[in-house]
Amino acid sequence: MAEATASTHIEHSGPDAGITRWLYTTNHKDIGTLYLWFSFLMFLFGGVLALVVRAELFQPGLQFIEPQLFNQMTTMHGLIMVFGAIMPAFVGFANWLIPMMVGAPDMALPRMNNLSFWILPFAFAMLASTFLMPGGAPDFGWTFYAPLSTTYAPDSVTFFILAIHLMGASSIMGSINIIATILNMRTPGMKLMDMPLFVWSWLITAYLLIAVMPVLAGVVTMMLFDIHFGTSFFNAAGGGDPVLFQHVFWFFGHPEVYIMILPAFGIVSHVIPAFSRKPLFGYSSMVYAMAAIAIMSMVVWAHHMFTVGMPTVAQLIFMYLTMLIAVPTGVKVFNWISTMWRGSITYETPMMFAIAFIILFTLGGFTGIMLAIAPADYQYHDTYFVVAHFHYVLVAGALFGIFSGIYYWFPKWSGKMYNEGLAKLHFWLSFIGFNLTFFVQHFSGLAGMPRRIPDYALQFADFNMISSIGAYLFGFSQLLFLFILVSAIRSGKPATQEVWDNAEGLEWTVPTPAPYHTFETPPEFKSRRAH
Amino acid sequence: MTSASSLARAGQQRAKRTAIRVASVGVLMFGFAFALVPLYDMVCNAIGLNGKTNTDAYSYDSARTSVDKTRLIRVEFLTINNDYMPWKFYADKSSVRVHPGELKTATFHVHNPTDRVMVGQAVPNVAPSQTARYFHKTECFCFEQQRLAPGESLEMPLRFLVDTELPAGIRTISLSYTLFDASDYASPEASGLENQVGLGQTVPTQEVIGRGQ
Repeated sequence: MAEATASTHIEHSGPDAGITRWLYTTNHKDIGTLYLWFSFLMFLFGGVLALVVRAELFQPGLQFIEPQLFNQMTTMHGLIMVFGAIMPAFVGFANWLIPMMVGAPDMALPRMNNLSFWILPFAFAMLASTFLMPGGAPDFGWTFYAPLSTTYAPDSVTFFILAIHLMGASSIMGSINIIATILNMRTPGMKLMDMPLFVWSWLITAYLLIAVMPVLAGVVTMMLFDIHFGTSFFNAAGGGDPVLFQHVFWFFGHPEVYIMILPAFGIVSHVIPAFSRKPLFGYSSMVYAMAAIAIMSMVVWAHHMFTVGMPTVAQLIFMYLTMLIAVPTGVKVFNWISTMWRGSITYETPMMFAIAFIILFTLGGFTGIMLAIAPADYQYHDTYFVVAHFHYVLVAGALFGIFSGIYYWFPKWSGKMYNEGLAKLHFWLSFIGFNLTFFVQHFSGLAGMPRRIPDYALQFADFNMISSIGAYLFGFSQLLFLFILVSAIRSGKPATQEVWDNAEGLEWTVPTPAPYHTFETPPEFKSRRAH
Repeated sequence: MTSASSLARAGQQRAKRTAIRVASVGVLMFGFAFALVPLYDMVCNAIGLNGKTNTDAYSYDSARTSVDKTRLIRVEFLTINNDYMPWKFYADKSSVRVHPGELKTATFHVHNPTDRVMVGQAVPNVAPSQTARYFHKTECFCFEQQRLAPGESLEMPLRFLVDTELPAGIRTISLSYTLFDASDYASPEASGLENQVGLGQTVPTQEVIGRGQ
């Protein structure tokens, strides 16, 4: 209670000076900023690893790196992008936006908020340090299937396990904080069904995280015991079963992919109405669709493992359940399109990314339905088709959602307008680079090119060359993104009070730039919905 | 202002309660991950997932089991060495024909060509996997580990029957054994003579194991 009383006395005070501002901060905006910059750093790091992979795959044969190192690159790329780039970026958005959207002065548990961010740099320093260790970094794929990650793992696997534990702890604390904020700190009069969709998306995501991150912690703990304490959870010689690993991992892993996309759904649901100058079509169906997706995501995990030897009945159950997820997802896509229908659309950069998100994410959804067909999956399994599929949903889905959100809220946060022309250029370079990289991977995958290999048969040479060129285009255009942000912060034109014509929500009612403390008294809230 | 800050304070109190509740869900889910281990085994046994067969002896009652002379099922035996397991491992016959309900014995052999004492563990798998629940073993070397002295050989019996309820379309069952080097996972039963005799299921094999000490 002490901190609450203290903060009422020193209200309207600004941040501390120097590094301690960032180390000791409990301010949701500061922590949001830390999360976002940290995730951007990780995004560049993971991107460099991907470019090493693409350099090696530019031509058939081995040119730059040994297969062992190649495996480390693909593994670390996946781990860093999933746990270091996408997830912290969304937590950064949550920190910045949720208190401002529900009219709260800060997150419910500000000190835990500080802790859950500052764990992350240690976790990733630990993970990245494995590159310098004898035996090298983890090389068993980001899905770390046993026994590759137990019996045959490099010694650094223990550091990997502890890093995962730290990231998990950070995510769980972040989720607890988000749920506590949303359920208890809303401004008077704001009912659950009045909440902005980004808040809804994070409430559902946070529950998913609480449900599955502990399972991830459990599975890496089992690995730790198998490696160091002679148990045999996953070792058949001792009575265990490696297939059990896949079940437990994907029980976490499948909800995890929705954890990485639901907040993007939320962001796009703000951007599309603002630039279509129309209220969002089908608000309550959007909420129910997200809830349905989240619940169903818990019971479809075995579609990742159709080829392990499951009974036909189990394959059919998981196949139909998986396909069923397309229904609520389709509801969302149609609602976004209906929102744009007959709207007065303008094409500022946030809207461009949001439209690209809808198109490309839907493409990724379609390939997802193809992969869900159990008999067809035997052909697609572990090929580049899968790589193309999940990059369409995670890059064009999650990442484009993040770009869209950054361009949309950045002027309100920083008080500076970014350079619209350069931002458009960033969009087009990203869009073209992304599709060059990943669209051709559908074809090489269908033709049978397996994933996670440093060399390939000659017939895949053209596709891979195109893919590598696209990857470098996409990768280097992110430096333009960095330049746009830095130059806007340093010398951007001041943003206006309303920033966009028709942006709705409490976060737009605060001054530009958003003051260090907002909504110390709960704002007036009038529900637009008839109850 | 006072009312607002007291409002915020009440909100913070409620937030802490919510946080504790949500955190306890997290703790429960951590436990659930470990509960998945026995749960998975139960599901595997119940529906024969992964072609897992029974890991304890099936109790056979010849008076209650009728033999279905109208059907003849081919049971194939496959022996596989995992990884670097250096033992010789093979079955006497590559396949046998049995009537459903008929108790049959097959003999497998292992030989340890190395110069160290090793422990082996055979892990069975049945294909097609839906036949796993109809394949009953009353006695199997896979129920326990085998300890072999350098150069030692061992004859290992398997007694099994195919359930009369076996679905009509199935005429062949493949039983494969993968032999693992379980020296690092040796259970007490495999390591001491006194424990071996206590089990009393496969007496002839255990004498050989006992000599291996």
